[in-house]
Amino acid sequence: MTHIPTTVSVPVPQGLRPRCSEATCRVVSNTPVNGEYRLLTLDAPEAILDCQPGQFFQLLCPAPEGESPFLRRPMSIYGYDKAAGRLEFLYKIAGAGTRGLATLTPGDAFNVLGPLGHGFSMPDVWQNLLLVARGVGLATLAPLARMAQDKGRKLTAICSARRPDLAMSTALFESYGAEVIVVHDEDGSSTPEALRPLIEARIARGDVDAFYTCGSSRLLRLLQELGEIHGIPGEIAMEQQMACGLGMCQACVRSFRVGERIIQRRVCREGPVFAISEAM
Amino acid sequence: MKDLFSPDLSARIGSLTLQNPIMPASGTFSEDLADVFDLDVLGAHVLKTIMHGTRAGNPTPRVCDMQSGMINAIGIPSKGIDYFRDDMLPYWAGFRSPLVVSISAHSMDEFARLCSEVSLPGVTAIEANISCPNIEADGNAFAMRPDTTHEVVTRLRAETDLPLWAKLTPNTGTPVEVAQAAEAAGADALVTANTMLGMSIDIDSRRPRLGNVMGGMSGPAIKPIALRMTYQCARACNIPVIGCGGISTLSDVLEFLIAGARAVQIGTATFQSPTVMARLITELQGWMVARGIASLDEIIGSIEAPEAGVFE
Repeated sequence: MTHIPTTVSVPVPQGLRPRCSEATCRVVSNTPVNGEYRLLTLDAPEAILDCQPGQFFQLLCPAPEGESPFLRRPMSIYGYDKAAGRLEFLYKIAGAGTRGLATLTPGDAFNVLGPLGHGFSMPDVWQNLLLVARGVGLATLAPLARMAQDKGRKLTAICSARRPDLAMSTALFESYGAEVIVVHDEDGSSTPEALRPLIEARIARGDVDAFYTCGSSRLLRLLQELGEIHGIPGEIAMEQQMACGLGMCQACVRSFRVGERIIQRRVCREGPVFAISEAM
Repeated sequence: MKDLFSPDLSARIGSLTLQNPIMPASGTFSEDLADVFDLDVLGAHVLKTIMHGTRAGNPTPRVCDMQSGMINAIGIPSKGIDYFRDDMLPYWAGFRSPLVVSISAHSMDEFARLCSEVSLPGVTAIEANISCPNIEADGNAFAMRPDTTHEVVTRLRAETDLPLWAKLTPNTGTPVEVAQAAEAAGADALVTANTMLGMSIDIDSRRPRLGNVMGGMSGPAIKPIALRMTYQCARACNIPVIGCGGISTLSDVLEFLIAGARAVQIGTATFQSPTVMARLITELQGWMVARGIASLDEIIGSIEAPEAGVFE
């Protein structure tokens, strides 16, 4: 049976475009990209493809053998193409939800809800961008590369991983004109101590107007420190366990430092992208 | 002509008439849904429980999965009564659906004070959350016992002229006595029920899967418990009963109405599908049209006696 991608139709107030929709997509492919990650490609309706880099979808994961993921699972967007009707997620099998995702085969119907949250910003004064991310965090930042190219920005991507072959998205970053630097645990190049002079050298050359990061609290702390010393702003995409993904349930809060105060924000609604300087 | 038949979906809850019997369960509804579907299609708007002061809520993780449901220990984060009056109330006044405000407190005095302070123009009814298992020590709540239920509802009744709904807990061993105590103390309606206390452990880390250790179970797994309690309370009380617990499909809605509920609240199902309430209203209307059912009165409390078993 062939599934046609469709969105669920509901009454909306006059003149309002729903900010997200529930849609049934069709699985185009679901294949391993290396030892740890898999790429899920969906045929998706146009209505859900007005996405911003950094936004996410809530996926209704099928039940794997012997398990029953009930809540939707939040997953950052790896790729989207409205003209082609394509939506992509890069994931690592880590629990019941992603084990369920791995069971999807081409032709399957798959229910997604999104796009959700606020994505990355790229104000005009941010001309030279330094992206530093690790592991699956690189998937979340992948759509930034196309945005940077579209806006004519210079992007450098420092891709951190346990081993060089696990550094995700490097070819994708290069295809959008980014300079790619792979650092990894095997030669020690991925430690904050090793990264610090690498980043500071670029700052000294005037090559860094803003940071983007995701996937490592050690990288966050390093960028926070360098950002404060050198007055460089930046954004981070954060994760938290979620239930609704829209803001009603208040499950996905995290703490942020705003001036002297510690406040709680919902990752799904106020995020998932936040100022690096306020993240904790 | 069947096409011209237009059933009456209105639901009477005491002195209130709602345009239909579908409304959100407290804690699963907020302004965040307003740009997803038209909230004015709903029978009522039930807000997340507010408490008098500001509260941060529980540590994360605040939710986890279970078989056919979820467990939450959100912990009622609240921005307090001033925020409700100055910010939330004007926002909700912009909708046509009536506003139901859920309130809770740790003590009788604080509960009574809050009840008085939220009885404001623009508020249609008050739902007293006397059952939330997260907020009292070891999961205890006013609605665990008939005497504390009677005492707190009496105090609240004295503070407001608005319709007062008592939201009961399925954790009590004496649901009928608790329901009758709420009725005797002056509640205008009962909401049956809230979440059921539970917990979950990650076997690898051996840690509880919720930051608060225990939490409230919701979703399809607890539907039979809520349905049973709705049936018991509707039979034992004269005030209207609003069903709540695991309702996700039209058949769930109908089960609760047949058991005696005059309306239903939808909660966890909205987390899986944010537009489910709008779809259920359309489906209910379609179901009534297909069967020539003119009003909900033909459905509510229409449960038949079980068929007598015959041994041969």
